[in-house]
Amino acid sequence: MKNIVIIGNGIAGVTAARHIRKMSDHKITIISAESEYFFSRTALMYVYMGHMKFNHTQPYENWFWKKNKINLLQAYVENVNHENKTLLLNGGASISYDKLIIATGSKPNKFGWPGQDLNRVQGLYSKQDLEKLEKNAPNNKVCKRAVIVGGGLIGIEMAEMLRSRKIPVTFLVREKSFWNGVLPKGESQLINEHILEHHIDLRLDTNLEEIIADENGNAIAVKTDKGDLIECTVVGLTAGVTPNIDFLKDSGIALGKGVKVNRLLETNIKDIYAIGDCAEQHEAIGNRRPIEAVWYTGRMMGETVAQTICGKPTEYKPGHWFNSAKFLDIEYQTYGWVFSERNKEAHEEHFHWRHAKENICITIAFHQTTKQFLGINTFGIRMRHEIFDRWLQENRNVNYVIEYLKDANFDPEFYKSYENEIVSKFNSDYNQTITPKKKSWKRIFSKA
Amino acid sequence: MNKESMKTIQKIGLIIFLIGLGIFTALPLLGTFKLNQNTFDNIITEKNIKSNVFITEINNSVVGKEFKGMQALSPIIAEALAKANETHIKNKEYDKKIYTSSSDMASLIGKQSGIGFIAKNKGIMWLLTFGLGIIGALLFILPNAILLGKKGIKNDGIYHENATNRGWIAWMVFVFLVSFYLVLYFASEYAVNWTYLVDPISESLSGNPAGHWFVYGFMYCIVMVVMAARMYIKYRHNMYQIVRTTSVLFFQIVFAFLIPEIMVRLQMPYYDFKNAFPLDYDFFFQWNLKSLLNSGGIGLFILVWGIVLTLVIVPVMVYFFGKRWYCSWVCGCGGLAETLGDPYRQHSSKSLFSWKVERWLIHGVLLFAIVMTGLTLYSFFAETGTVLGIKTSSIQNLYSLLIGSIFAGVIGTGFYPIFGNRVWCRFGCPLAAYLGFVQRFKSRFRITTNGGQCISCGNCSTYCEQGIDVRAYAQKGENIIRSSCVGCGVCSAVCPRGVLKLENGPEEGRINPTEILLGNDVDLMDLVNKK
Repeated sequence: MKNIVIIGNGIAGVTAARHIRKMSDHKITIISAESEYFFSRTALMYVYMGHMKFNHTQPYENWFWKKNKINLLQAYVENVNHENKTLLLNGGASISYDKLIIATGSKPNKFGWPGQDLNRVQGLYSKQDLEKLEKNAPNNKVCKRAVIVGGGLIGIEMAEMLRSRKIPVTFLVREKSFWNGVLPKGESQLINEHILEHHIDLRLDTNLEEIIADENGNAIAVKTDKGDLIECTVVGLTAGVTPNIDFLKDSGIALGKGVKVNRLLETNIKDIYAIGDCAEQHEAIGNRRPIEAVWYTGRMMGETVAQTICGKPTEYKPGHWFNSAKFLDIEYQTYGWVFSERNKEAHEEHFHWRHAKENICITIAFHQTTKQFLGINTFGIRMRHEIFDRWLQENRNVNYVIEYLKDANFDPEFYKSYENEIVSKFNSDYNQTITPKKKSWKRIFSKA
Repeated sequence: MNKESMKTIQKIGLIIFLIGLGIFTALPLLGTFKLNQNTFDNIITEKNIKSNVFITEINNSVVGKEFKGMQALSPIIAEALAKANETHIKNKEYDKKIYTSSSDMASLIGKQSGIGFIAKNKGIMWLLTFGLGIIGALLFILPNAILLGKKGIKNDGIYHENATNRGWIAWMVFVFLVSFYLVLYFASEYAVNWTYLVDPISESLSGNPAGHWFVYGFMYCIVMVVMAARMYIKYRHNMYQIVRTTSVLFFQIVFAFLIPEIMVRLQMPYYDFKNAFPLDYDFFFQWNLKSLLNSGGIGLFILVWGIVLTLVIVPVMVYFFGKRWYCSWVCGCGGLAETLGDPYRQHSSKSLFSWKVERWLIHGVLLFAIVMTGLTLYSFFAETGTVLGIKTSSIQNLYSLLIGSIFAGVIGTGFYPIFGNRVWCRFGCPLAAYLGFVQRFKSRFRITTNGGQCISCGNCSTYCEQGIDVRAYAQKGENIIRSSCVGCGVCSAVCPRGVLKLENGPEEGRINPTEILLGNDVDLMDLVNKK
């Protein structure tokens, strides 16, 4: 029986603990300073919006941990001493380990903006951030306006949150179109329009210059590089996240932007592993980034490192890329790779279809010459993960995907389906004569 | 129209609604009652009352006198009845004993003695109660079509609002609903004024004046229609919800309300063709079987239909579509839960403990229903009132009281604002327990989990009215195959990542235990899942 210590009780650390418990009777301790119990960070927004209470964000009931002999320790790790395998905790206590898993996640980026540490300037990542927002922006009487800086997924979520309490929001986005480093232009445009539909004051191609304070050190306005001065009560900094690893600076563990790990998720120091948002692969896997701050990769790394720790050394090999998000009312899913104009290579061809009235569109990426299917982005249409994973695995070409598109639809029953429109647009764009195949349960449920 | 004027309309609507509700709530204690000698003589003949004690008592202390409100009249009738029966039992004059309950007797006498404004102005009173209620509620609900903004999930503020977060408004609703059901089941004499309001409607349907159950049936339909308008607005982006809501409305209005009333007019037995045994627990009771057997062809048809519905139609449909076809597309209890109860769906407990309680309770009720029906049928065919020394009728009465009235009515609906909208369906309904077995073990229905897309946010679990911890399955990539799932589709609707889909498919692969989720490299999934 080994003594396993995990720093961080997010999805990565908790998944590792659960899987280690399934396979072994190792002693497991999870340390977290943020919260007593594991909660789902992705749901914090719904607590503010009143869709849920905080306890709804906890996927396991409180008795779960004791029952599964997973010790929870609420403490902050000051530093790691790998020579005598101990962790120094705040308050001076220390704890020893046989194997250590670092799963400390991320923290919001700050780019040295003047005023970035003022009162009522905050990110949206932790439970404490949520509590701060509840205090800073309880309603539109206290918070007359919020300015959000950074046009990514957290930024738009924060805008949605504040709008749910009718708080006026100005949204500063560095790019010329929302999230266009990731999304192709048609989709990015759809989201621009949708943001405006929600009465959010979207300022594209605009950077934060400075946050201005009153005499008490409270933010009262922001200045943009366009020379605008925007009065506000709260400033949200949502320009991405960065690994939360400051406490490891002098630990001897090799660091880049994150904790450097190999494919076994091992650091340079024996018996120390890193998983989740804070881990940085020496070399990127496929088209993935070396640091992947995504919910499911945290989970997968947890599943993988558990195997290694329990005696079955297993490399982290994420399968085909997929992801999802929700932009206000528009659900987004992606399978495989669809690059934005900024990042795509010359051979990547895009087929785009957008509904005439509704906020629905798809983009299919394929190889210009071989016609190999590379990936799909969908907005307002749900797609079946398993089907696209299979098609990517089988290296299907784009015509096949178009022909069998109905198999992939995952919208609820009785929803209007758009495959016929999509196929006819594809036929006319590329001079094809594909007739869509009827949805077949047999194909869908056949195990590849 | 701008948002401010919409909000004003809502406020006006709320006031109008509350006025209507207030009048309705005050009615049981209002009104003037005066029993004529003629009317009383008719009652004596009709009910075949032989008790001279009772007749004298009523003649002396009721007939010709004016009473203000049922609270003045009803105790006197109850007293007369008690005194009469006491005397007859003492004198062993069992043929004179009156078996009608004091509540029913007071309702019967009260109904025919109303002389005041209420009894004389049924139309106006209908407008002042139901009319104002409907208009007010619609004025409150309809502006949301604009106020809620773009179509999509509209759960903002549910846990900030007093009414939907177990605040004082929720407790007031709770008290109102519980009291309403207590009157309905245990003090129906206080519903007499309500019956006047709907007499014209009842008379136009069945030809008879309304009883308190007609009030209930009519109100049920009205509440469902009004709250369905709310559903249509809230879920206007979701065709599944729209179709399903239309379906429950149709079955409630046509099958549960109109057809039985019209059948009465046509001298046929009162029967709801969609109400399947054992939810329809008195289907095999002696009085019902006798009434069916004495009703000629239609009676026989109903008897066969009732049996085929439970034994064949219900399970076969569950095999193909899951129990949702009944529980959230057809059933009246489900219909009310999905319309009136929708604002409270988040209150169902998701704890493991509740799940354990649920399994003991609901299967206990099913067992109770089966044992009771067994005794009933044995009694019927063996023509005996007792089985193994147990009186069949006392078991039936116990079931009617505990399950039929208290559990299904008072708790099932009364507790909506506190314990969620499916308390009865989840913990008590014997039919749901039966359908649950079929759904769990032999059905094509499942909620498919979309690979590795789940982010464990918990919207699905929070809004599951049946208290299923949907997330526990979704985050493991496991399909949801739970006997309790009524297929309302809201988990799928509220999921922000498109993870859940209600569907019917081949049984093979319906249950997919996965240790490792899709998205990992195929080797790892194979390694873990094949071990």
